[in-house]
Amino acid sequence: MPTQPAPPDATAPPDRRIPAPQGRTVLDPRDISRALTRISHEILERNKGATDLVLLGIPTGGVPLARRVAERISAVEGVEVPVGSLDVTMYRDDLRMRPARALLPTDIPPDGIDDKVVVLVDDVLYSGRTIRAALDAMNDVGRPRTVRLAVLVDRGHRDLPIRADFVGKNLPTSLAETVVVRLQEIDGADGVTIAADTISGGTTAGTDTVTDHPGEGR
Amino acid sequence: MKRHLLSAADLSRDDAELVLRTAEELRSLADRPIKKLPALRGRTVVNLFFEDSTRTRISFEAAAKRLSADVINFAAKGSSLSKGESLKDTALTLEAMGADAIVVRHAASGAPHRLATAGWTGSSVINAGDGTHEHPTQALLDAFTMWRHLGALDGRRVAIVGDVLHSRVARSNALLLRTLGAEVTLVAPPTLLPVGVDGWNVETSYDVDSVLPKADVVMMLRVQGERMNASYFPTVREYSRRYGLDARRMAQLQDHTIVMHPGPMVRGMEITADVADSSRSVIVEQVTNGVAVRMAVLYLLLGGSEPAGTTERDAA
Repeated sequence: MPTQPAPPDATAPPDRRIPAPQGRTVLDPRDISRALTRISHEILERNKGATDLVLLGIPTGGVPLARRVAERISAVEGVEVPVGSLDVTMYRDDLRMRPARALLPTDIPPDGIDDKVVVLVDDVLYSGRTIRAALDAMNDVGRPRTVRLAVLVDRGHRDLPIRADFVGKNLPTSLAETVVVRLQEIDGADGVTIAADTISGGTTAGTDTVTDHPGEGR
Repeated sequence: MKRHLLSAADLSRDDAELVLRTAEELRSLADRPIKKLPALRGRTVVNLFFEDSTRTRISFEAAAKRLSADVINFAAKGSSLSKGESLKDTALTLEAMGADAIVVRHAASGAPHRLATAGWTGSSVINAGDGTHEHPTQALLDAFTMWRHLGALDGRRVAIVGDVLHSRVARSNALLLRTLGAEVTLVAPPTLLPVGVDGWNVETSYDVDSVLPKADVVMMLRVQGERMNASYFPTVREYSRRYGLDARRMAQLQDHTIVMHPGPMVRGMEITADVADSSRSVIVEQVTNGVAVRMAVLYLLLGGSEPAGTTERDAA
């Protein structure tokens, strides 16, 4: 995966810079925006409004996505939806298999998650192991009434019986491919690309956290 | 990071900042209904305390338990150590029991180093204070407390006042604070500054009143009478007047300056009660931060297959 911010695509007009150093672009910034708008409406439809909703992003990619969904929901419904982040590092099933990893921010909204409708938000759904870890992590924070899952990209290849309730794009992939989600808040530009697994260094193969955002310090 | 934490000098700037950032995330755990994380489930942490301690032992115990580790407390009193067992045999016993980490406090400087390097045990060794040598987790929690109040420590001035000679806290703090870019001034009577202090890359002073107005942090140290085999100053009263922190001296401090003390305090000796209880004092907060920092250290050393950010240099 890229360790440096990608140079802007020289052939694209300045307002449509697609930061895709390698691989094929599957979602451009406008696609991402439309997908998030649709997800926001689907969440509201399913929940019959914004009552008791709490959005929890899984760091790093899920957190800005959760914020964007919350903005769209409050634009439609006129109410603020609590947004937080939930770090799952200590709950990962491969914690012992790699060197100790830095923790990412956990930030639970002040009213908590008890009896709320929690929507977990992540960028890529892959093996499902991150979501399993998130369910465990949430168990130590409180007891939501309902938990739902929203992802920008579902690339398939689940290892566990987990599915998303709201999907931005279903993206059939082979195991040899890498999906990279880049987001304005972290990488300076939006875009989802898919590439043969030559740039990832092999570290992403078993997880569904396919992005590793170099700009994030914590 | 290296596999053991024996000295504050074992930590590179990256390591130290990783510990502080991790501690910041772990500190929020205290506000949650379930103060428990699963990271060290099935790991065993032994607290091996050859010297009395309240704060540090309880702090390490709370830290390990909040990470779901199994904790075995081992105090010299009431163990076979009081029957004359050696450090080596104790270490071999702990190894046979399958300890993953040994938190050791010992009156002899260098005991944790011996434990870590003699080949008696495969555990990670964490120095919880050895003689007058080092106390790296205290330095980390002090740096963490400063960092929370002042932000980045680059260029910040820290005055460490008191019995520097017998203080493992002072030595570890000096090393770590220099790593993090702070300026350190040690203030003590000439008899209580260690030989070789010029090699520490810090400033020294005998005059507390000239140092205090410039300091961003004032750390007071206890006079460790139990380690003194001679008379280092004429009377307690004279020491207290020349080096103690009282309300008059506190008035010279800048508005943002915080007052710290590693504990245990002797009120009326190195610090007066009104200073210790003032709004500048972060002494109680240091204790709270101690648990988060020790959780961070335990997690980063034991949480994965090897310590966080391990480099080839560390592995060698």
